[in-house]
Amino acid sequence: MTMIRVENLKKSFGNLEVIKDMSTVVEEKEVICVIGPSGSGKSTFLRCLNRLEEITGGHVYIEGVDITDPKVDINKIRQDVGMVFQQFNLFPHKSVLENVILAPMKVKKSDRKASEKKAYELLDKVGLREKAKAYPGELSGGQKQRVAIARALAMDPKIMLFDEPTSALDPEMVGDVLDVMKQLAHEGMTMVVVTHEMGFAAEMGDRVLFIDGGYIVEENVPKELFGNPQHERTKAFLSKVL
Amino acid sequence: METIVNAFPYLMEGLQVTLYIFAIAIVFGFLIGLVVALFRLAPLKILNWIAKIFVDAIRGTPFIVQLFFIYFGLNSLAFISLDNTTAGIVTVAINAGAYFSEIIRAGIQSIDKGQTEAARSLGLNSTQNMRYIILPQAFRRMLPTITNQAIISLKDTSLLSVIGVADLTQEGRIQASATFDAFNVYLILGIIYFVIIYLLSMLASFVERKFVLR
Ligand SMILES: Nc1ncnc2c1ncn2[C@@H]1O[C@H](COP(=O)(O)OP(=O)(O)OP(=O)(O)O)[C@@H](O)[C@H]1O
Ligand SMILES: [Mg+2]
Repeated sequence: MTMIRVENLKKSFGNLEVIKDMSTVVEEKEVICVIGPSGSGKSTFLRCLNRLEEITGGHVYIEGVDITDPKVDINKIRQDVGMVFQQFNLFPHKSVLENVILAPMKVKKSDRKASEKKAYELLDKVGLREKAKAYPGELSGGQKQRVAIARALAMDPKIMLFDEPTSALDPEMVGDVLDVMKQLAHEGMTMVVVTHEMGFAAEMGDRVLFIDGGYIVEENVPKELFGNPQHERTKAFLSKVL
Repeated sequence: METIVNAFPYLMEGLQVTLYIFAIAIVFGFLIGLVVALFRLAPLKILNWIAKIFVDAIRGTPFIVQLFFIYFGLNSLAFISLDNTTAGIVTVAINAGAYFSEIIRAGIQSIDKGQTEAARSLGLNSTQNMRYIILPQAFRRMLPTITNQAIISLKDTSLLSVIGVADLTQEGRIQASATFDAFNVYLILGIIYFVIIYLLSMLASFVERKFVLR
């Protein structure tokens, strides 16, 4: 089943044309890694997938629904599309547990008991059950990011978007977060991951997209893209990061 | 000493009126401030304009002129009749509302954009985002400035004596002439205002300590 279909996506900020023309398809249970130089529009591309950015042109279909259609209930769509940010964006005035149960309770109107039960299961999964009553300010970066993942999973999303989830972390914290993401991938979550972690992309990616200059320059299985890049710009980029 | 004993009961009555007016006006002022701030930040241009004109009008005119406009000006219209206490409450509320709205707007804008993005990505609509994520954080940051404005508004209520509201200041004026001891009556009047404002600040910093720790 096709989870995400991007057709001739365009996105400009004023006169700045960040995404010129991008098309791709993400099937169920696929893990897609997005790489590219800084400022090439990776985050913008990802944020178009749940319309955090207003889309300038083209179409994005989530499970067949065109989210560029102004009549679409975007809040409904977003319940199925979890997102994890580079800067975590936990709610600092709420405890870890409250962070996780907020959306299920307010958006899905689940009752507190069921939401908490689910939240504890998810906190177990990311190894942070004992931090349920802590506040985000009391956590390390790696712990914050794992809470952020649990918070997104609490809505039972069908798709997870990750925007450089490990770039703001101290090196020794990166592994814990990547482990959680690997586990999610093994459980069959459909994932789009913007990352600088080429190791993760090579190991976990079903496909890797290389973005540059407003286009998806190259798109392939990791072995091919890393081992045998076809385009000059891909080669130049990889020679810098590998 | 005699002056104090004679005047004190009247001053306490005036204090009750002052606190009553202040309490109602500050609650409505806050609600006005919240609505105007949301207008100011709304995606609709026309709402932005209404809010901006309102705030500029209040900030650009003296309190006493606003009071006269509402009490004498509006009352001269056939279909409006406000007693002086109501006119006073309305003026303090509107005046405080304009200043509150600027404080609230700044507070909302000071919250990192990532908070809204996280909330919206979870499926919260913009109202839920405001209510559960942005405003609770903004209020914690705004508390000191809110307190400041509340203190200014409390002091502003003393001007209502000009239109004959029997507030603390008005009672003080009456007692000053009744006892022929202006020095002591106004000294006591000042002390009472000082104590009330001191208590208000204490309350605010208590609330702040309780919430702002996070
Ligand atoms: N809200 C915005 N308004 C104006 N310009 C923006 C905005 N967001 C992004 N841009 C611009 O769009 C371009 C792409 O930004 P984007 O954040 O998508 O890049 P990126 O590939 O994610 O970069 P990085 O690796 O540094 O995260 C940049 O030139 C950036 O300055
Ligand atoms: Mg980015």
